[in-house]
Amino acid sequence: MSTTYNPADPYAGSRETTEGRVYTVTGGDWDQTLGTEAYGEERLVVNMGPQHPSTHGVLRLVLDLEGETVTKARVVIGYLHTGIEKNTEYRNWTQGTTFVTRMDYLSPLYNEAGYCLAVEKLLGVEAPPRAQTIRVLVMELNRIASHMVALATFGMEMGALTGMTNGFREREMVLDLLEEITGLRMNHAYIRPGGLAQDLPPGAVEHVREFLQVMPDRVADFHKLLTGQPIWQARLKDAGYLDVTGCVALGVTGPVLRAAGLPWDLRKVEPYLGYETYDFEVPTADTCDAWGRYLVRMAEVNESLKIIEQALDRLEPGPVMVEDKKIAWPAQLSLGPDGMGNSLEHVKHIMGQSMEALIHHFKLVTEGFRVPAGQVYVPIESPRGELGYHVVSDGGTRPWRVHVRDPSFVNLQATAAMSEGGMIADVIAAIASLDPVMGGCDR
Amino acid sequence: MTGPGDRSGEDAGQGATAPSGGFRKGAFGVSGSGDTSGFGGLVRVEPGGAVALHSTDRPYGGYFDEVTDALIEAVGQATYDAAVQRVLVDRGEITYFVAREHLLTLVQALRDDEALRFELCSSVSGVDYEGSGGPATTPDRPRLHVVHHLTSMTYRRRIRLEVAVTVEDPHVPSVTSVYPTADWHERETWDMFGVVFDGHPALTRILMPDDWDGHPQRKDYPLGGVPVEYHDATIPPPDTRRSYR
Repeated sequence: MSTTYNPADPYAGSRETTEGRVYTVTGGDWDQTLGTEAYGEERLVVNMGPQHPSTHGVLRLVLDLEGETVTKARVVIGYLHTGIEKNTEYRNWTQGTTFVTRMDYLSPLYNEAGYCLAVEKLLGVEAPPRAQTIRVLVMELNRIASHMVALATFGMEMGALTGMTNGFREREMVLDLLEEITGLRMNHAYIRPGGLAQDLPPGAVEHVREFLQVMPDRVADFHKLLTGQPIWQARLKDAGYLDVTGCVALGVTGPVLRAAGLPWDLRKVEPYLGYETYDFEVPTADTCDAWGRYLVRMAEVNESLKIIEQALDRLEPGPVMVEDKKIAWPAQLSLGPDGMGNSLEHVKHIMGQSMEALIHHFKLVTEGFRVPAGQVYVPIESPRGELGYHVVSDGGTRPWRVHVRDPSFVNLQATAAMSEGGMIADVIAAIASLDPVMGGCDR
Repeated sequence: MTGPGDRSGEDAGQGATAPSGGFRKGAFGVSGSGDTSGFGGLVRVEPGGAVALHSTDRPYGGYFDEVTDALIEAVGQATYDAAVQRVLVDRGEITYFVAREHLLTLVQALRDDEALRFELCSSVSGVDYEGSGGPATTPDRPRLHVVHHLTSMTYRRRIRLEVAVTVEDPHVPSVTSVYPTADWHERETWDMFGVVFDGHPALTRILMPDDWDGHPQRKDYPLGGVPVEYHDATIPPPDTRRSYR
């Protein structure tokens, strides 16, 4: 038997024995390639991820360790890049909603709202009051769901698994509501340029009110479960320190910035959708660490509940889409025997009554509407911070460019600043306290 | 059938009715008569940069005049005139079109001057205006634009800086020395548009794999995709489907 193995293979030296040739597979040539002398014996490079339960999705960390101390932290992203920004350039303006909603999958309604506000700013239209109120309503529901997942994964990563099960249980209540309102648990495509896909279904308001009854107790349970717990406090306090200067230099916004003491909330400082008329507080903390971020998120859930209650109280009957039939998506959906379906009322209208309605339907569905040329940047306060939409139109039926300033993308840059010099266990706390969503980060 | 990114052919077809200078007519794409809706008379200005050729006259309105005056005071009239080529106020937002040589001077002043205080760089991204209609892209109207969105948390103001470069010479100074947050934004813009940020500490790809070829969000980079069979019909990939302009 003849083999063509290279006898000089550095990884598998061979020798002849009476049993034939024997290969001895050894370790790599690390001592030659790394030059251990230069780095000292303590240096260890650890690769975490991209598949790791504690890295919040497909996030990869490359950590330089000296013992348990992190001397260098590098973040590698891009594993969930799906080209959504480019894809929107090949779909019409309405279809764009269904793409952007899939980016930050924990706060899909914020993606939709930011995108639609940008398109509306380009168009120079404003959604009717009822649509604006319902947008606020579903967005704040979504904020609670998102914060619940943030707390759940936080708990899981810190070893408090009951926190995880409780968080996902509470989120499930919100998702049930969103499913009832929008038809889908996630990726709703509910907020559309000009208004909403459809009005609230009968019974939704009552169910949201029931939720408002239940949720404060659940938040209190969270406090009982975690806030006073010595292990939880020990893991979070002083972990992932980042002060206001660091946050602003690194572009970090949202609960992380507010936990550093700056009450910067776009709902207050640059109100949109009538947020200036709602009564709510901007919770802050002054600890600059993971503990403060935990407390800020908990407090924000309560503030969101207040906003939802006020939104329910001010719901007036009215249209949920702009009157302009050159923008408003013509077909209203209705509930058929098989779930969602076409509105027979609408089909009757366009097929039998109004030629103009048929033309508008045809033009809008095949071509879509045109958006006057120009560019806008619309920032909104997502659960993770400033979610900005830079949308450019060339006057056509499709976006020329949609760029998303996703808070997860920007906030993750702070990982090195928050982790270097600390212990490796605190890296997990630091990243969990950022609450990154890789779908939004990589887009 | 050309892709929707390539609109040059259609532009030529409409050349007789569309006035030059970056304007396009009609809400439903009808040229000439035929649209009785009243929207057919709309004249829309093309987007900033490659095709928007005009500049807004002062006063700009709102806080834009204060910002501009403070900026002139901070960097000096001569530098401002050399640095800012045009100013466009549109939809309540102000855009400064900046010559790249002076970008760093401007952002340094914008961040540090007491009357400006743009502490936060919200976003840096690119736009490729290749084939966006209007006059053809020429060296004096470069197609690649780098857009900086700056936020003043002190005064609650926002402005936009836009730097235009050609594909042949896609160099823009990096603002990471002033705004560390621009690090990943600039890496993404390099990755997606091939803009080289001079002075960036480590300008590598961030979203695409390291060995990727090309810059995917340029307009001449195809979207890709395969035809899909559905109910006995073949649906072409999105970038080869019929499109309307």
